[in-house]
Amino acid sequence: MGAKERPLIHGSEIAIMSNELDYLSRRVAAGKLNRRDFLGRAAALGVGAVAAQSLLTSAVRAQGPVKGGLLRAGLQGGEATNTLDPALNLSQVPFNFCKQWGEFLVRLDRKGGLEPRIATEINPSDGGKTWTIKVRDGVEFHDGKTVTAQDVAATLERHADEKSQSGALGVLKDIKTIKANGKEVVVTLGEADADFPYLMADYHLVIQPNGGKDKPDAGISAGPYKVSVNEPGVRYGGERFANYWNAGKQGFADQVEIVVVNDPTARMAALQGGQVNFINRVEPKIVDLVKRIPGVQVRNVAGKGYYPFNMFCDTAPFDNNDLRMALKLAMDREGMLKTILRGYGSVGNDFPINKSYPLFADDIEQRVFDPEKAAELYKKSGHSGSILLRTSDVAFPGAVDAAQLYQQSCAQAGIQIEIKREPGDGYWSQVWNKQPFSTSYWGGRSTQGQMYSTGYLSTADWNDTRFKNESFDKMLFAARSELDEAKRQAIYRDMAVLMRDQGGAIVPFFNEFIDATGRGVEGYENHPEAELMDGYALSECWLSA
Amino acid sequence: MGTSIPVLIVKRVGLGLLLLLAVSILIFAGTQILPGDVAQSILGQSATPQALANLRAELGLNDPAWLRYLHWLGGILTGDLGTALTSRQDIASSLWPRLKNTLFLAFWAAAISVPLAIALGLIAVRYRNGFVDKAISAFALASTSFPEFFVGYLLVFFFAVKWQFFPGISTVYDGMPFLARMQAIALPATALTLVVLAHMMRMTRAAILNVMQSAYIETAELKGLRPIEIIRRHAFPNAVAPIVNVVMLNLAYLVVGVVVIEVIFVYPGMGQYLVDHVAKRDVPVVQAVGLIFAAVYIGMNIIADIVAIVANPRLRHPK
Repeated sequence: MGAKERPLIHGSEIAIMSNELDYLSRRVAAGKLNRRDFLGRAAALGVGAVAAQSLLTSAVRAQGPVKGGLLRAGLQGGEATNTLDPALNLSQVPFNFCKQWGEFLVRLDRKGGLEPRIATEINPSDGGKTWTIKVRDGVEFHDGKTVTAQDVAATLERHADEKSQSGALGVLKDIKTIKANGKEVVVTLGEADADFPYLMADYHLVIQPNGGKDKPDAGISAGPYKVSVNEPGVRYGGERFANYWNAGKQGFADQVEIVVVNDPTARMAALQGGQVNFINRVEPKIVDLVKRIPGVQVRNVAGKGYYPFNMFCDTAPFDNNDLRMALKLAMDREGMLKTILRGYGSVGNDFPINKSYPLFADDIEQRVFDPEKAAELYKKSGHSGSILLRTSDVAFPGAVDAAQLYQQSCAQAGIQIEIKREPGDGYWSQVWNKQPFSTSYWGGRSTQGQMYSTGYLSTADWNDTRFKNESFDKMLFAARSELDEAKRQAIYRDMAVLMRDQGGAIVPFFNEFIDATGRGVEGYENHPEAELMDGYALSECWLSA
Repeated sequence: MGTSIPVLIVKRVGLGLLLLLAVSILIFAGTQILPGDVAQSILGQSATPQALANLRAELGLNDPAWLRYLHWLGGILTGDLGTALTSRQDIASSLWPRLKNTLFLAFWAAAISVPLAIALGLIAVRYRNGFVDKAISAFALASTSFPEFFVGYLLVFFFAVKWQFFPGISTVYDGMPFLARMQAIALPATALTLVVLAHMMRMTRAAILNVMQSAYIETAELKGLRPIEIIRRHAFPNAVAPIVNVVMLNLAYLVVGVVVIEVIFVYPGMGQYLVDHVAKRDVPVVQAVGLIFAAVYIGMNIIADIVAIVANPRLRHPK
């Protein structure tokens, strides 16, 4: 952005400027110049704040992380009912904490690719039906044992067990056999799946000794921090693991701590008061105020999460595609984005994929608010009377307001929407995936195939729009077993278009993760996969000396 | 026909226990009619029908209700509160630290607010209808009339964010040094004090004023005693019963009614613990916490009754 603000700079000018800025940013990194002065000097040289900031970040990185100290995060999304069993990871606090003590086979990098962790390689054979995971040498568990192929195999077995309650069961249930063989684990699948390595990045799949079969909530894995405090719903603590395999890149603070702060005002106060260094879930409506607080930095990043309005494609009146299309066209996406998310997001296009996914096709026409066309299709559908939309505050932040906005934009197309506000308690068991028209949220998945398989395949447990389309399913299976990326991208594109024009999900917008960091936090780099650098903020950031 | 004090006390305690049993039935019945399903709530949005069925069978949710009640009651009588459905942890051992925290905060809030309220009440009576009386009443009523969360946020804004005297989040844990712990609870204890102060203070004032109309007070005045002496020696002992009643009610409130304050200050007490488990339909925990809250309430009321009986001979001779 900074560069766009002032395009008319000559090459020589840039060279001089960047020399000077380089010098200055090194001084900041060395602690000889403060950040504010630096930004002021940068501005005087005609460099926008964003560009200057990124220059500074790389200078500080080059200076090297500072070891030591205590990093604390105050997070929403922890309950007294949580456990350390990674199979049951669900809300944000267990998610963030498992990234501190847990280690995974692979993790997603910032460009949608995979970074090897305990697995050095995951290779297909048999056209994507058989996968071989190579286990890294010399990775040590917190209890001193070495991570073996048996441990990896046992972990996968536990999560893929029909009897297990693992949140990863859905993505692993196609696994037929798991065999440990020397330093390798060989997995065979029922159907070929090109996305298999991505499935291994699932945040439930923390590698545990013997797969956690003996004591699932022991909190032992091979992550950068050992669990030292485990008080569910209150706080968690970790101490640096001396024998961490990846010590050069992670685990800079001596100790990390997560305090559960579910109240947004209390979170903000804790950050301002310096009691915590990170918070998650800054409410969009206060972001502009937060930006003015000295020392506090808002970290927002576009992600894969979206807030759909779900219609059951097999239930009247939504079984009529004209009506579904009318309801899609009656959605004022831009207005919704501006009002509900205050612009912290991007408009949706009635399929669950956006540019944060690998192999996204960005040439699909954007659906826009068109009340006349909507009215026409509505008339054609032959429906009369009002349509009941169920919503609740827990569906997503601002869901009730969003429903009301939608009611108004529908009224412009002559469609009458009746809103029923449901209690938040029991919304996920009584309303979502049970009632034919309701608001919801999806967190997104690592790949397009995984997203479609979880939510839009005819037989998916969470097919919360009852979208049952044979050719869509066929394309999905074809894409999953297609190892050629260009071809896979083409299939994904067709699927997106099909779902956009016939599916049951109205996707008004994708949300952003909005976190904030306090004074002295260095090394923060946004990650599109999830909040707080995909949960790695505590182990990859450090406090400036 | 007077009954001796010990017999009266035994009767009151017996009644209290009976009441507690009745409450246990109510709690059990109440938790049965909560909408929603435990298994669904535990697994949340990521629940597959498969995982749901497995979990439901494992939790024994298919037994009849009366059988589960008897099991539960038997467990409690032998000191076993059961196992949390969600975290699979022993309820007694995870609840005990929370209860300790709640009692710790309640104790310090009470230690400040009760003497303060009574002293302010006495002073208000001494200078009744004057400026001091009105100022005390105005302050106390104002602090009570504001909703708790507003008082809490005001304290956080000034003391934690602006001046940074005290931490804004009051997380306490085992092994925390006493002074750090006191510093952590400074703001919530202050907020609670402000919330409960007025009720006790006004009751003290009203009860004593009521007694002040009596003939023996006039006699004391005519004897030439100083006003504060009259209040201390003659009026207060006679007004103590209603005051104790209100004090006990407020103490009970400090234990069972502080969810909002706990949330604002992120204090790991019983309230938040209960709310988390209600949301997850963790019935055994909800029942255990409910029972403890009921026991606190009934216990405080028994104490108030007993103090009233001891302090006021008339109650010992019912007509």
